[in-house]
Amino acid sequence: MITKRIIPCLDVKDGRVVKGVNFLGLADVSSPVKLASYYSACGADELVFYDITASAEGRQLFTEILAEVASTVFIPLTVGGGINSVSDFDRVLECGADKVSVNSGALRNPSLIRDAARKYGDQCVVLSVDAKRVGGSFRVFAKGGREDTGLGLIEWVKRGVSLGAGEIVLNSIDTDGVKQGFDLEMLCAVCEAVSVPVIASGGAGSAAHFIELFQTLPKVDAGLAASIFHFGDVKIPDLKRALAEAGVPMRMIKEQAC
Amino acid sequence: MLAIVDYGVGNLFSLKSSLARIGASACVTGDADALRRADRIILPGVGAFGDAAKKLRESGLASVVTKEARQGKPLLGICLGMQLLFEKSYEYGEHAGLGLLPGSVRPIAPVIGPGRKVPHIGWNALSFPENKPKSPLFAQVDAGECVYFVHSFAAMECDAVVSATAEYGVSLTAAAELETVMGAQFHPEKSGDVGLRILHAFCAL
Repeated sequence: MITKRIIPCLDVKDGRVVKGVNFLGLADVSSPVKLASYYSACGADELVFYDITASAEGRQLFTEILAEVASTVFIPLTVGGGINSVSDFDRVLECGADKVSVNSGALRNPSLIRDAARKYGDQCVVLSVDAKRVGGSFRVFAKGGREDTGLGLIEWVKRGVSLGAGEIVLNSIDTDGVKQGFDLEMLCAVCEAVSVPVIASGGAGSAAHFIELFQTLPKVDAGLAASIFHFGDVKIPDLKRALAEAGVPMRMIKEQAC
Repeated sequence: MLAIVDYGVGNLFSLKSSLARIGASACVTGDADALRRADRIILPGVGAFGDAAKKLRESGLASVVTKEARQGKPLLGICLGMQLLFEKSYEYGEHAGLGLLPGSVRPIAPVIGPGRKVPHIGWNALSFPENKPKSPLFAQVDAGECVYFVHSFAAMECDAVVSATAEYGVSLTAAAELETVMGAQFHPEKSGDVGLRILHAFCAL
């Protein structure tokens, strides 16, 4: 039985992990390598790193830190942020990433998805989408949620999958940072539209929200969150135990070290 | 010294790092003599079977790996590297493998039943066949422990050599072995502590 994945997400700027609430007001949390080891030991099923650095120096630092993380933890690593070309895929995959997530880069140039999938396989290409309700429909936003692209969410995820995206991360801007639960309505619409794994992001505030997510939407494959894990509001071992008790298939680890 | 076969397929960063973590001395090499000198060999691989089989043959390493394995040198194929050990694959056409393990590689989509996604991606629990002794590769692994899979094709018609399975609508071949020729469909180098225990067991063979 394939298990549902619990994925902490680490936003990295200039080599440090930060987390935006509704994408505003960044607060420093900790070292990426330390956090990654901690989460791996706690039973995180995968880690996502978003590079939110704008400068070339920051990007170089990110790549170095990624290599350090990949030499320390042995679970799947997904990297996103600033991925605009196949050479960006090359750069992070060489440093130990397993999957690469594209967002604004793919909106600007959708063929990036196809080119990367041809070179590295569909399983390597994750399409990350920030979406928000606008006048009763789900709309795709670019640039970290600041810019309405006018593009319909369902239209975009279908196109992304047809181009070769092997996984979708759906981040609801409406629920992000609010801690009132995942955006089940938006997730349901995406799950109905595509057949690749869907990762839910945005809105988790408690273990109950993850239980609600997987029980309401069995097609969702994974739940992703950041600050609730970083600040210890939800502890991954407790979360996984609660999910397993609720009947959600979970990977439980033997030598849990946190 | 353990040799990881470098034939231009796949990302070896994590494999190298995980072997370093368990203290194994490993080199990544495309040199036939280095493979002959090694005391064990890992054949990695991601991507398409046809391409990889072609690259392995054109590099001249297919025959070296086959010969060393036939002489009893421990060989571990990982993911596509495992699939290459079989006789043939039906991934986009029909391609010959190394023929070290009996069986063929086929798409999982027709056998797993409706409603299951392809690729089979994520953490799945290992089961071990009850009708044969447990593989030494899994000496330190309990049934039910999870490892990380990413694949759309799997070895079939190979009951005689199956050493572990994972449930995904059907029982998929998760690992296979024939004496010292071993294959893991999952990625031990991405399977946390369980994966390190498996790599450690291979290095102790």
